[in-house]
Amino acid sequence: MNNTWYFHTEKLTVGYDGRPLIKDIEMHVHRGEILTLIGPNGGGKSTILKSITRQLKTIAGAVYLENETIERLSGKDLSQKMAVVLTERMQSELMTCEDIVATGRYPYTGTLGLLTDEDRRKVHKAMEMVHALDLCDRDFKAISDGQRQRIMLARAICQEPEIIILDEPTSYLDIRHKLELLSILKTLVAQNQLAVIMSLHELDLAQKVSDQVLCVHGENDPHLCGTIDRYGTPEEVFTPDYIRRLYGITTGSYDPLFGCIEMEGVHGTPEVFVIGGGGSAIPTYRRLQREGVPFATGVLHENDIDYEVAKSLACAVISEQAFEPVSETKVQEAGKILRTCGSVICCIPSFGSMNALNEKLREEAEQLGILIKEL
Amino acid sequence: MRNTKAENTEQMITGRKNTDGKNAEAKDRGTKDKAAQRRLRYTASFVILLLLTGILFIWNINSGSVDLSIREICQIIFLRTGDTTAYNIIWQIRLPRILAVIILGGALSLSGFLLQTFFSNPIAGPFVLGISSGSKLIVALLMVYYLSVSRTMSSGMMIVAAFIGAMISMGFVLLVSRKVKNMSMLVICGVMIGYICSSITDFVVTFADDSNIVNLHNWSLGSFSGMTWSNVSVMAVVVGISLVIAFFLSKPIAAYQLGEVYAQNLGVNIRLFRVALILLSSVLSACVTAFAGPISFVGIAVPHLVKSLLNTAKPILVIPACFLGGAAFCLFCDLIARTAFSPTELSISSVTAIFGAPVVIYIMIRRRSA
Repeated sequence: MNNTWYFHTEKLTVGYDGRPLIKDIEMHVHRGEILTLIGPNGGGKSTILKSITRQLKTIAGAVYLENETIERLSGKDLSQKMAVVLTERMQSELMTCEDIVATGRYPYTGTLGLLTDEDRRKVHKAMEMVHALDLCDRDFKAISDGQRQRIMLARAICQEPEIIILDEPTSYLDIRHKLELLSILKTLVAQNQLAVIMSLHELDLAQKVSDQVLCVHGENDPHLCGTIDRYGTPEEVFTPDYIRRLYGITTGSYDPLFGCIEMEGVHGTPEVFVIGGGGSAIPTYRRLQREGVPFATGVLHENDIDYEVAKSLACAVISEQAFEPVSETKVQEAGKILRTCGSVICCIPSFGSMNALNEKLREEAEQLGILIKEL
Repeated sequence: MRNTKAENTEQMITGRKNTDGKNAEAKDRGTKDKAAQRRLRYTASFVILLLLTGILFIWNINSGSVDLSIREICQIIFLRTGDTTAYNIIWQIRLPRILAVIILGGALSLSGFLLQTFFSNPIAGPFVLGISSGSKLIVALLMVYYLSVSRTMSSGMMIVAAFIGAMISMGFVLLVSRKVKNMSMLVICGVMIGYICSSITDFVVTFADDSNIVNLHNWSLGSFSGMTWSNVSVMAVVVGISLVIAFFLSKPIAAYQLGEVYAQNLGVNIRLFRVALILLSSVLSACVTAFAGPISFVGIAVPHLVKSLLNTAKPILVIPACFLGGAAFCLFCDLIARTAFSPTELSISSVTAIFGAPVVIYIMIRRRSA
């Protein structure tokens, strides 16, 4: 038995009312590690999280905290080891943020639940960690979603757990608050050697913040039981084909390098030819896609960032091998398409030695009188 | 392990504190002031509630169809001397009645608070959920039976009967609450259960032929009249024990107020706790119904008023405050019931409804707008 895992499951089967939804879940988390669950809506992420926090009865298999099954822990013991931040709104009647955070001290207070000065100090410390000390006396109901999630995190910190389980902690948050919350979490994990298991919808964030990623994809057919699709480091999981398959993406595409989603490209014969390179043409590609104009582009190097976007949006991409100068044949190929287009947009202000021949394309467009500088 | 973790946290915090130490100090002072303010408010609230109960106690003992001066009353109570009629009025009628009002009023509002916590519904209460009416039905059935064989029921039997009735209604409400999560639907179902029980009770009362049925009729409308010392001692024991248990449950109640999942994560044994809450609130409301019949709106209005007064819903404060508040509220309502149209006595429910129902309407409107 491997003793270094803080948390692990063995052949865990989860589901509702005895009906298995996902079976044979094996996951392992060390202290100081973040495990993220990704997968489509209704795929079973929340079901897994509910099962490992004992809210839902597991159907088969076991959940271990330091080689002890969680079934055998008392409610109090478990509450001193595991804290949760859930999607369920916490009900708060006449409670300030400080009151909410203080509920995290519950497993440590006496019969009547009175807070000692030490408890209060820990509450304030936790609030300071999430930069929310100024929210102390505010009504918990009257704060923003971003502030609420930080308070919920402070509450979890205050519980002094060894593992925190978070269910979609960044949903409903704007981009700034998403980043803020995850960076607080990251610091916390590193400093306190916490283990974290969470579910995320934002693939780009999941890829950057996680040490391991678990892909959950339940079966649509209620008679079938899903399994864990893939489990590994972000590098192993985030490949474009896999993400497309996991989420069943049929329109648009996912770029694993930047964790960026592109809409589906416009099909048809190209009406516009875009001369791009070095990232200069991406805004133009997206704009043409928005406006529903089919376009071709070239000549792009295969390691160019324009190339990644062009692959998903353009009807035709003429590309050159990475680190090779643009060759005559490729330019001719591009020229053929260019001449069939009604207009040409050149996104690069000047050409260098690697794409020197692209300038020919521009000159040709100029001669044909179809070059537009600005769209 | 935990120690190193704590130290780590500390290091991180102290690291931050060095940069804005002054700021944090100022904030610390600010929160301390706020904490002091809060404590002051709690103390003031309890003083107000105690004063109210005290004043209404004196007022109640001093009013009635026979006029007695304060001096006479003091003599009777403390020196146990005085005119025999006056002595009997104070010791056999007014004092047991007032003590019963205090105990049952407190029990009723505490029961309301527990039910509101259980259903996480601010307008839940023993009356609107039909629990009082369930008790009423079973007690009435048993009373009619006992009257027909010319025997009287003991206080203990009344409570047991009322408790059985309360549990039957509670069973129905729990069944319904599994199906409907909507707060108003639950209350509507409770009210319907209440109506069904009440109409069966009326039916039984109407066709039971006995002169004593007049008493039964009065009781079934809700009244604090006719309390004896033996009644008072039985209810004091039952309510007293329940109050102490409820007070010691204030920690899990506080966790449960956050929602079931969070309570569970904090280590509360949900199943056990739910059973305890159901039993406790049923015993309390059964005790009230057994002695004073069904009394409306106290269970909803008082917890709400008390929370607004304290500006907190912390059970450790709300539970004792609820008890005091319920006592004061019922003393006030009973005073009106007895004296407003004396010698005719109003049913207690008609008075509590006048003062309690507007509070309920207010809660509903505020919830809607929030």
